[in-house]
Amino acid sequence: MGRYRDNPQAIRALVRPGSVHRDLYLDPELFELELERLWRNTWVYIGHDSQVPNAGDYYTTQIGREPVIMLRGADGLVRVLPNRCAHKGSKLISSVHGRCAGGALRCPYHGWTYRLDGTLRTVPLKSGYEGTGFETSEASRGLPPLACESYRGFVFARAATEGPGFEEYFGDSLSSIDNMVERSPAGRLEVAGGVLRYLHDCNWKMFVENLNDAMHPMVAHESSAGTAKRLWSQNATSAPPPMVIEQFVPFVNDYDFFEKMGVKVYENGHSYTGVNFSIHSKYSSVGEYERLMTEAYGEEQAQRILGEARHNTVYYPSLTIKGAIQSIRVARPLAVDKTLIESWTFRLVGAPEELLSRTTTYTRLINSPTSVVGHDDLHCYRSIQEGLASASNDWVSLYRNYSPVEEAGVAGTYGATNEVPMRGQYRAWAHYMTLGMGGG
Amino acid sequence: MSASPRPSDAALTDFVYREARLIDEKRLDEWYELFTEDARYWMPLTRGQPEGETHTSLFYEDKLLLRVRIERLRSPNAFSQQSPSFCQHVLQQPAVEEADVAANRYVVRTPFMYAESQLDRQLILAGVSWHHLVCVHDGLRIRLKKIELLNCDAALPSIQLFL
Repeated sequence: MGRYRDNPQAIRALVRPGSVHRDLYLDPELFELELERLWRNTWVYIGHDSQVPNAGDYYTTQIGREPVIMLRGADGLVRVLPNRCAHKGSKLISSVHGRCAGGALRCPYHGWTYRLDGTLRTVPLKSGYEGTGFETSEASRGLPPLACESYRGFVFARAATEGPGFEEYFGDSLSSIDNMVERSPAGRLEVAGGVLRYLHDCNWKMFVENLNDAMHPMVAHESSAGTAKRLWSQNATSAPPPMVIEQFVPFVNDYDFFEKMGVKVYENGHSYTGVNFSIHSKYSSVGEYERLMTEAYGEEQAQRILGEARHNTVYYPSLTIKGAIQSIRVARPLAVDKTLIESWTFRLVGAPEELLSRTTTYTRLINSPTSVVGHDDLHCYRSIQEGLASASNDWVSLYRNYSPVEEAGVAGTYGATNEVPMRGQYRAWAHYMTLGMGGG
Repeated sequence: MSASPRPSDAALTDFVYREARLIDEKRLDEWYELFTEDARYWMPLTRGQPEGETHTSLFYEDKLLLRVRIERLRSPNAFSQQSPSFCQHVLQQPAVEEADVAANRYVVRTPFMYAESQLDRQLILAGVSWHHLVCVHDGLRIRLKKIELLNCDAALPSIQLFL
């Protein structure tokens, strides 16, 4: 038996007020427990409903290692079903995207079929099951849908049958999704522009922590953003900087900028940087977009929507979004030291297509496996993964601006260089790793 | 002004070999000069991707972005280059697919294997490169280098140099 499986006290002891134990990033047993508990007890992002516009359309992905299908039913509802035949366990669908032929899911092995709501429809030679007890077995239940919620098109699922409600779990952090959706004059988003899939050889939590880490850009990204800034300043032209320069340069703004942008922290590990402004605030306006927004929402409302330029919002543990430029990153944990980061981009329905170009440019520059910004981030995560093998110090410091007041709750607004978003993540981590285990 | 004479097939294919060699030998300033001012260095994210503006690509670089990459690789603060990466192209015989003297447009297709190593890690990629070349006064230049990666839709690790 491992050290942690039946020992909630030992798990909780890994998270101290201003530090966390290195086992969180290194220990394979804790990783297995994360998949069994944290990733099942919480609401995990699955996909966007625009990926499955019609009845029978599916998108397949995983929660941890568990394969799931996001599927639009004949009733128009989007459900999340286990991608596991109730018979012998074959995945029902192996493609990423597609449409179920004949309005049913059919297993490629023995041809069992399921309705789009997951219930079992037909089994070949069914008479062979008469009087066998099959009718009351697990198999006859078909594909039991996971707890699922589509919030303005963003589909989340909770694998555990018991756990926090959706609104209770995310609370007011959902305002970042609201702002992203409202940036469409039609109030609607569509997945567009492809998905970048970047393999990170590090623990998933290093990535999630980094999204609200305002102390690293000016250091880690000096060689990329700093080089872009320098090259452009040497340019003799008086022309306005191109989009790529607008996107690179703010990464090397000074500490004062990053402190003052502010961070808002919620319970359950969620937070966003860019309360007051962000690296996205000074992008040039695009064509007719502001006029279209004013027509759709009225002057005051349009200014309020576009005046928000939140940096990264973390929907712990799986999703981070950039509403201001309509891109999201999804963390998929693969192993204790291996994580897949998917970057998706969105079209603002009713807005000029240049805005889609802006987000595809951004995600290529910053989130791609070829990104000079991403390279240095990943180098740092991997260096942590390797550095923490040192037994010289078991603890990872998260003390920056710590206050004992946080012990009563982390929710609040802070200067953005505060490490409180990470402390909030680890409070949530300890909670959902030991949910219902008592002794808390 | 009369059109430049048609470059020989050997001149076109030699150019492609030389271009890969400049990358592998890290002669990146010379490599950079092979591109026209309006050039693109493009590695699409999907098969048959029609364009790189409203669809994300793995690379979609103009000369400014190429220059940023080249300069960054020399920066002591390019932390992901501690230790430095090295690469090796292995090219199949390039084939001249299109030669339009009037339009000054020459398209060469080259299947390749590409290895990128960094200490104990080595990444092997395969694909097909398309060089869209133009004749200028002192030789050939690249207007578009399009790299069709065989596993463009795979989950990929960092790719740090140039294919």
